Amino acid sequence: MTDLPNFLPALPEIFLACAAMALMMVGVFVKPENAYRTVSTLAMVVLVVAGGLVLNDGGAYETAMFGMFVVDQFAVFMKVLILVGSIAALILSEGYVQREKMARFEYPILLVFATLGMLMMVSANDLMSLYIGLELQSLSLYVVAAFKRDSLRSTESGLKYFVLGALSSGLLLYGCSLIYGFGGTTQFEALAALFADGQEAPLGLVVGIVFLISGLAFKVSAVPFHMWTPDVYEGAPTPITAFFSVAPKMAAMALFLRVMLVPFGDLVAEWQQVVYLVSIGSMALGALAAIAQTNIKRLMAYSSIGHIGYALMGLVAGNQEGLTGVLIYLAIYLIMNLGVFACILAMKVKGRMLENISDLAGLGRTSPMIALVLMVLMFSMAGIPPMAGFFGKFFIFMAALNQELYTLVVIGAITSVIGAYYYLRIIKIMYFDEPVQEFDKVETLGLRGIMVVSGVLTAVLFIFLPVITDPASVAAASLFGG
Amino acid sequence: MFEGFGWLSLTTFLPLVGALVILVLIRGDEEDVARNARWAALFTSLTTFVVSLLVYARFDRAEADFQMVETVQWIPAFNINYVMGVDGVSIWFVLLSTLLTPICILASWEAIKTRVREYMIAFLVLETMMVGMFCSLDIVVFYIFFEGVLIPMFLIIGVWGGQRRIYAAFKFFLYTLLGSVLMLVAILVMYWQAGTTSIEGLMAHPFDADLQLWLWLAFFASFAVKVPMWPVHTWLPDAHVEAPTAGSVILAGVLLKMGGYGFLRFSLPMFPDASAYFSDLVFFLSVIAVIYTSLVALVQEDMKKLIAYSSIAHMGFVTAAIFSVNEQAVSGSIIQMLSHGLVSGALFLCVGVIYDRMHTREISRYGGLVERMPKYALIFMIMTMASVGLPGTSGFVGEFLILVGAYQASTWLAAGLATGMVLGAGYMLYLYRRVVFGKLVKEDLMAIKDMNARETALFVPLVILVLWMGIYPSTFMDIIEPSVQKLVADYQTALAQGTSDAVETAFTALGLK
Repeated sequence: MTDLPNFLPALPEIFLACAAMALMMVGVFVKPENAYRTVSTLAMVVLVVAGGLVLNDGGAYETAMFGMFVVDQFAVFMKVLILVGSIAALILSEGYVQREKMARFEYPILLVFATLGMLMMVSANDLMSLYIGLELQSLSLYVVAAFKRDSLRSTESGLKYFVLGALSSGLLLYGCSLIYGFGGTTQFEALAALFADGQEAPLGLVVGIVFLISGLAFKVSAVPFHMWTPDVYEGAPTPITAFFSVAPKMAAMALFLRVMLVPFGDLVAEWQQVVYLVSIGSMALGALAAIAQTNIKRLMAYSSIGHIGYALMGLVAGNQEGLTGVLIYLAIYLIMNLGVFACILAMKVKGRMLENISDLAGLGRTSPMIALVLMVLMFSMAGIPPMAGFFGKFFIFMAALNQELYTLVVIGAITSVIGAYYYLRIIKIMYFDEPVQEFDKVETLGLRGIMVVSGVLTAVLFIFLPVITDPASVAAASLFGG
Repeated sequence: MFEGFGWLSLTTFLPLVGALVILVLIRGDEEDVARNARWAALFTSLTTFVVSLLVYARFDRAEADFQMVETVQWIPAFNINYVMGVDGVSIWFVLLSTLLTPICILASWEAIKTRVREYMIAFLVLETMMVGMFCSLDIVVFYIFFEGVLIPMFLIIGVWGGQRRIYAAFKFFLYTLLGSVLMLVAILVMYWQAGTTSIEGLMAHPFDADLQLWLWLAFFASFAVKVPMWPVHTWLPDAHVEAPTAGSVILAGVLLKMGGYGFLRFSLPMFPDASAYFSDLVFFLSVIAVIYTSLVALVQEDMKKLIAYSSIAHMGFVTAAIFSVNEQAVSGSIIQMLSHGLVSGALFLCVGVIYDRMHTREISRYGGLVERMPKYALIFMIMTMASVGLPGTSGFVGEFLILVGAYQASTWLAAGLATGMVLGAGYMLYLYRRVVFGKLVKEDLMAIKDMNARETALFVPLVILVLWMGIYPSTFMDIIEPSVQKLVADYQTALAQGTSDAVETAFTALGLK
């Protein structure tokens, strides 16, 4: 009699998959006018429960499904971030979705499926499971990007995302096939074992890694594979943009980190230069291209490209400190970004959504609370202490300097000053310019809640930094066998 | 919860508490909010001043080391802690900050009419940042306060400033930020070298000679912009001209001192070899600053701009003195910074007094004010004389000590600085003559009123202190001296330990010689 394979570590994912399918049934059988509300509420409950299951697992190293799936502290940390992002995205959607007539029950279900894909990405321990997770996530995201199906912009963004996403998946798969061809295995640990004793990697495998990096760079929207980001961010419905800017970014970064550091951890010298250039390119483009933007969603797209550049700096360092830095950075980025999008969703005049930066004029007088929160977040994004964003950059720079990457850090420091210009511009428009119009009252409690929580957390995080740095250190250690 | 915190933390965070109270509690219609915010801010800043006096009372004058040290764990995993403490160098700057803040708030009483609540909050937050910066004994904590200053100052210039306030605010912010991010990089490099961020630990750690060079330059980038030194001074005239009166006062009074303080606290003790190596560069830049900006000041049409340029010249004295590294010069630089903080603050207030009445800062629009405003003319004269360095005023003590010290370092340096003093007398007296003396012929000046009680009250403490420092400087010197002696002695020991040769070799290797 054979033993049953160990499924237990994948319990949160299995639960999410079953729950998502059950939600579809619920959606069909509930009265159509209540369907969205019911399913959305249940989806939040499901995600919270999944979060509980993730935390309950504790994060001791365990593999499941014949080594395809792995759980460790790193996975737990990233999964919590992703779930927070997904839940917040559902809360942010509430009012918008009703108003813009997108309140169909498939919406929350697609988000749950996307989240499921992301959780699988984080736990992928094999090139095959990596791809399955990635595609489950991507396919759900293509659909939600085009969810406002009567809007030209939304469908265009969905299509663009799909075509370019498919291309990048192709690159990634090609990279995987090269790695398999030259390495003879798709298993992460087996791949790592190939180079453990300082053996040189075959050239074909290195080419495969480069293709893999290209595919992943697309998913995290790093230069030179960033072109889709501004268009998709601008075109997609705003709550979806908020979702795009956090959860999938976290998942793709988690994947990026694990793939680079676990199977190819001993090949740092081979891939370091590539990530180095990608990081510099992203920081520079994020800082320079955002200056000319007039649409706040496009601006946030470039801003996210820049932030990914900083996060990748930690990956370039390629050691445990670097990984700690990236994890801290991502956690802080999540907090800030949700707040910014909550503020963008509050940009509404007489029931019409606004997206231009100039629409914020005089907000400091017309809606002081939103303006205050947005100001704190902008200073934080620019990396001015004592706001949280500063500490993200602080730990990243710290890690990079530990590896003596002086040039990279100085470039990062200078781009952060250039980037500060456009964040300051938003503050200038809100506080220094004369008001032109008054925003509507923030409609949902959830939106207001996220705004306040994010603003306050960003402003006072410095008091209790160990709350983030300690778990991040533990998570980073787990990937390095600590 | 508050275990480990003490008087210094109280002084630092009291204004922040006041700011929060104003933010959360003060409600009602605009008029009430403005009035309550003013009083609350004044009350908070005065209380803070009293608390800082208590710190002063508890200060042990004989002690050269840091005292009243508070240590609280902050990020134990990275060995970064919240440490506060003062010594003879920093205590006066703490008092200067807490003194100038209530004066600034009082000076804005009528001048600021819009968004009073936000203005007062910005000023109180600024006070927290300033005091915290002078007290912190952990370099990361220092950096946070140092950079945090930018946020309220950016808003003060940008929201309540003059015509070109947006340009000035951005220039101020980005200029200073660029300097300080390089310092941040250096701080992190030092962290990996020394394994600590405590200032005392870093002072004790001998950094490699070739590394010192780069670290010194990175710190210099930050502090030189802050001081500001020629040629990175161009943000200052813009910021001063556009900032509201109180903003200029705090900018000239305290923010410029952050650069000088930084040189004293970090550059000299932590990178002695590099400081010795670069001292000629600093002298050169300082003398250019002193002479060039004095000449520029001579031709200014705008009063605030003139005083702004004079600030750059006076700070040129300070930087030259700091890098002369002897007891007289370093003590002189501290006295000069304190004196300049009081005097330039008072001069900006003087400009503010007539600007509030006439809404112009053009020198040619004034003349003969002495006829209508005798009180004003008297106070303006005392401050002009102090700025010139007349014996009996604080300016004299500072400049005299600096010249004595600078002469020991280099005759040419002393000659250059002395030239600056002559030119300083030139532009200040010229300004005073054009504004106050002469015949009162301009129509619109005929009805100008002399200072009211509130305005006079602003100047009283400043005048007293300027004269006190000029007539009996021992009050101040006694506290400064032990710490300065220690600073200079440590510096000399570090140099004598024979690393200088290593520096030479390192610099030659780097192709810099």
